[in-house]
Amino acid sequence: MSEITDLGVAAIRDGVAAGTFSAVEVAEAFNANVAAAQGALNAFIVATPDHAIEAAKAVDAKRAAGETLGAMAGVPIGMKDLFATTGVQTTAASHILEGFVPQYESTVSQKLWDAGAGLLGKLNLDQFAMGSSNESSHFGSVVSPWRRPGSNAPLTAGGSSGGSSAAIAARLAPAATGTDTGGSIRQPAAYTGTTGIKPTYGRCSRWGVVAYASSLDQAGAMGRDVTDCAIMLESMAGFDPKDATSLELPVPNWTAALVGDLKGKKVGIPKEYRVEGMPAEIEAIWEQGIAWLKDAGAEVVEVSLPHTQYALATYYIIAPAEASSNLARYDGVRYGLRDLPDGAGLQDMYAATRADGFGPEVKRRILIGTYVLSAGFYDAYYTKAQKVRALISQDFAKAFEQVDVLLTPTAPSAAFALGESNEDPIAMYLNDVFTVPASLAGLPAMSVPAGLDAQGLPLGLQIIGRPLDEQGVLNAGLAIEGRAGFTAKPGKWW
Amino acid sequence: MSTYRIQGATGDWEVVIGLEIHAQVTSNSKLFSGSATAFGAEPNTQVSLIDAAMPGMLPVPNRECIRQAVRTGMAIDAQINKWSRFDRKNYFYADLPQGYQISQLYHPLVGEGSITIEADEKAGIPEDKVIGIERIHVEQDAGKLMHDQHPTMSYVDLNRSGVALMEIVSRPDMRSPAEAGAYVSKLRTILRYVGSCDGNMDQGSMRCDVNVSVRKPGDEFGTRTETKNVNSVRFVMQTIEHEANRQVDVLEGGGKIVQETRLFDPNTGTTRSMRSKEDAHDYRYFPDPDLLPLELDDAFLEDCRASLPELPDAKRARYVGELGLSAYNAAVLTADVDTARWFEVLLGKAAAAQGKQPADVAKQAANWLISEFFGALNKLGKALDTSPVSQGQAAELLALVGKGTISGSIAKQVLEIMLETGDDAGAIVEREGLKQESDTGAIEAKVDEILAANGDKVAQYKDGKVALFGFFVGQTMKAMQGKANPQVVNEILKAKLG
Amino acid sequence: MSVDTATVAKIASLARIKVSEPELEAMVPELNGILAWVEQLGQVNTDGIEPMTAVIPNTLRLRDDVIDADPLTGGDKRDAVLANAPAAEHGFFGVPKVIE
Repeated sequence: MSEITDLGVAAIRDGVAAGTFSAVEVAEAFNANVAAAQGALNAFIVATPDHAIEAAKAVDAKRAAGETLGAMAGVPIGMKDLFATTGVQTTAASHILEGFVPQYESTVSQKLWDAGAGLLGKLNLDQFAMGSSNESSHFGSVVSPWRRPGSNAPLTAGGSSGGSSAAIAARLAPAATGTDTGGSIRQPAAYTGTTGIKPTYGRCSRWGVVAYASSLDQAGAMGRDVTDCAIMLESMAGFDPKDATSLELPVPNWTAALVGDLKGKKVGIPKEYRVEGMPAEIEAIWEQGIAWLKDAGAEVVEVSLPHTQYALATYYIIAPAEASSNLARYDGVRYGLRDLPDGAGLQDMYAATRADGFGPEVKRRILIGTYVLSAGFYDAYYTKAQKVRALISQDFAKAFEQVDVLLTPTAPSAAFALGESNEDPIAMYLNDVFTVPASLAGLPAMSVPAGLDAQGLPLGLQIIGRPLDEQGVLNAGLAIEGRAGFTAKPGKWW
Repeated sequence: MSTYRIQGATGDWEVVIGLEIHAQVTSNSKLFSGSATAFGAEPNTQVSLIDAAMPGMLPVPNRECIRQAVRTGMAIDAQINKWSRFDRKNYFYADLPQGYQISQLYHPLVGEGSITIEADEKAGIPEDKVIGIERIHVEQDAGKLMHDQHPTMSYVDLNRSGVALMEIVSRPDMRSPAEAGAYVSKLRTILRYVGSCDGNMDQGSMRCDVNVSVRKPGDEFGTRTETKNVNSVRFVMQTIEHEANRQVDVLEGGGKIVQETRLFDPNTGTTRSMRSKEDAHDYRYFPDPDLLPLELDDAFLEDCRASLPELPDAKRARYVGELGLSAYNAAVLTADVDTARWFEVLLGKAAAAQGKQPADVAKQAANWLISEFFGALNKLGKALDTSPVSQGQAAELLALVGKGTISGSIAKQVLEIMLETGDDAGAIVEREGLKQESDTGAIEAKVDEILAANGDKVAQYKDGKVALFGFFVGQTMKAMQGKANPQVVNEILKAKLG
Repeated sequence: MSVDTATVAKIASLARIKVSEPELEAMVPELNGILAWVEQLGQVNTDGIEPMTAVIPNTLRLRDDVIDADPLTGGDKRDAVLANAPAAEHGFFGVPKVIE
């Protein structure tokens, strides 16, 4: 029999329900993997084995009592350390929030606990979710379980949800939450051979999630496969009156309607995503994806998203602008770090606390955001960016008049080595070139593992859907998953 | 036209005043959270996770606050914007947990409106004047800092943090402290009528930012200063007086006015520059990405309009036009919504008690309320809302006078007893034997006695010293222990004296 | 548009982030690089385009005026809001003395 830790959400849940193993056994197995890998992978900021066991005991007791079990019953998960968890340190991987213990639970995490999931720990991420490689964490970079053959060079697990992707790929968790602002679920999923979906903006409540860029931030599910993501997303999503941008809509039963047959569906291939200098392997995997979707019965057509090339620049105005304001609350007054130099006044305390508490990338984005909002520049930068954003959104709307979903590569390359591209911020930003447009338009999008590159590193394909059509995205993902037959996993070296 | 001028060494200066008034919206809970808004709670007990800006907290607007701001806008005949937005005003201060205030800069809820201040010769307002209101927007209040509790620390209380405010921004249309005072009073009256703000200035429910500049009449506007958080009508007027004179001194001394934020010191009646706000202001306003545009539908607006009460100007006109009150009495009775409300209940009951139309007893009720009752309450240190005499009891008293059962002077005595004991007027009159004597025979007998005893005065009267008539009335009333019906006394005296 | 050391110092001060002189020097080219890069948006014709307000069509919901309707968004939480405070004193948040 395969190990419990090789199982995904559906298999664990069904096994627990059937009595094949107990929820406590599952929790213990994953707790052990978390502990064993921590030194090497640094995927967790805090491990919470007791929480996982407690939740598992509750599920086992419920089962023994013959009660109905939730959709995630007995499944221990990792929680990106951006979600506030009652009594468990929540840091956003920053020094400024180090030691902060929320007295409240985020809506999304509460929904998962209500569905029977347990908490393995809080997952590492790029500081305040700003980054694409997990190197901006105050608690050290996450190391991908994947390596290039014959090399011990540590690779990135992607970012910002790099702790999540690494934990799933390394079998430290069957699934994990992520958040996606410009690609922070999809890109790490692609880099680690895992699956991740960002739903339509407003599907998952942002209440209790440390904010990076409010108009873009959206929580989502990460796991081994499409079905697991669908199950988990169903448990996470739903209207929340505490979030004014939450969509007041019922959550569809995506899992029940999952089907990999795409007969009658049209898939668009946006020609502007064929960027100059795209590696041949990316090009090839994209072609392969097209072939798989045709095989699944879909008609594939080329579409145009003319403003694609401006998406990154748009994002790097809007996201820092919102972030510069969202992060103003970290001031050393009510929680977190306080740096009070001798004789310092209030404003000196702010400046010292924030200088000490924020990492370089966070500072960079706060400064950019402050600048683009400052007097005289607001219209030229922010208003202009929101107009271009409207055009980008209109591009998608037009494309979706012709097609049901779009297929693109998730990232322009496979995972890179840690330290490889953090010299030039813009080079790092370019990792998000394929994921940012859908974020700007608030669209559901997912990454599915499609194959390995010549070095044996995973590559992912991205599916982007119409607003609220998570089902179409999941189904196309399932069609690829069924044909890609991606079973590769990193060899255990840790 | 205001003739208010500052006399400087170089000539007369005109004062230009604009006011930004922060009025706390009357609501149970805060603008973006469910915590209570009541005044005077223990520090930080009315604070939600949202008001304390904990990580991941989000604002959800309170419908009632929006409704009250819209109703206020309607009460000043302002344009109501069916599409508005909340913006973030970014700055760092210890009383501002989010590091930004959610406000409305680019698209306020309420646009152009106006209010009229009434002529007041004595105060130097020769005629009614319309003061323009540029906008009303909705925003969050900040918390409160306490500086005197600890030698090296200030303490932060967030109870006020997130309470809804309306910022009511006037045009720079005022030209004297008196006009500004009248504007604040009138606005307060309107807010209290609408019920959108309790107007308690001593509790900080209304605070004024006073923008003052001076210029030579006919010149362009000068550079203005803004004095923050002035919390009474008197202080607003003092701020303007002081600030205008200070500016004239600076300008005539060859100096320049710096656009700055100042603080009013009620102890000295002066203003001073605010050190903590000296930083260059760059608030980096942008639309709050946590909140979508606020779109109001017609049904919402209709509901707001339908719920508006009769407003002070209309009420005052009606009191004069329909009830026949003097302009002065109408102004007094409509100056505060509680007074008007008390008066109208009294009027209804007084009319019913005398079987008359309200218009037929309005003058009596108004005169009594203003010249008798207010003074009597005042002596007891009470006001209408704590009055020991109800409108029903007062109506009975007025009916006793109206029907001639007691005289006006006896009514004063009766009122005093009512205030002391809480007893009804009729019972008091009965018990104390205060009923008025209208029996012609009894009065005639007394009149005869008095005329007989004062033959010299009767002679003088007949010689043309008619002012002595009052003397005879007084003597008769005295002899009747005040209980004689004055009208009957008059008639008999007139007949007897010829 | 490009920034110089003085501008970056001013932005850092607005953002309340203390920056040392060498840090400042390093940031100037970095920020200029990013600003030059985002200026490509100038190429896009946005005449007559309204800035985006809501990514997914949605209207702002208003809540009922009820105190503590949901304990998660209600008040009366002094202990919870002070629990992580670096200097909680007598039910207040303490900060270095402010002179107004």
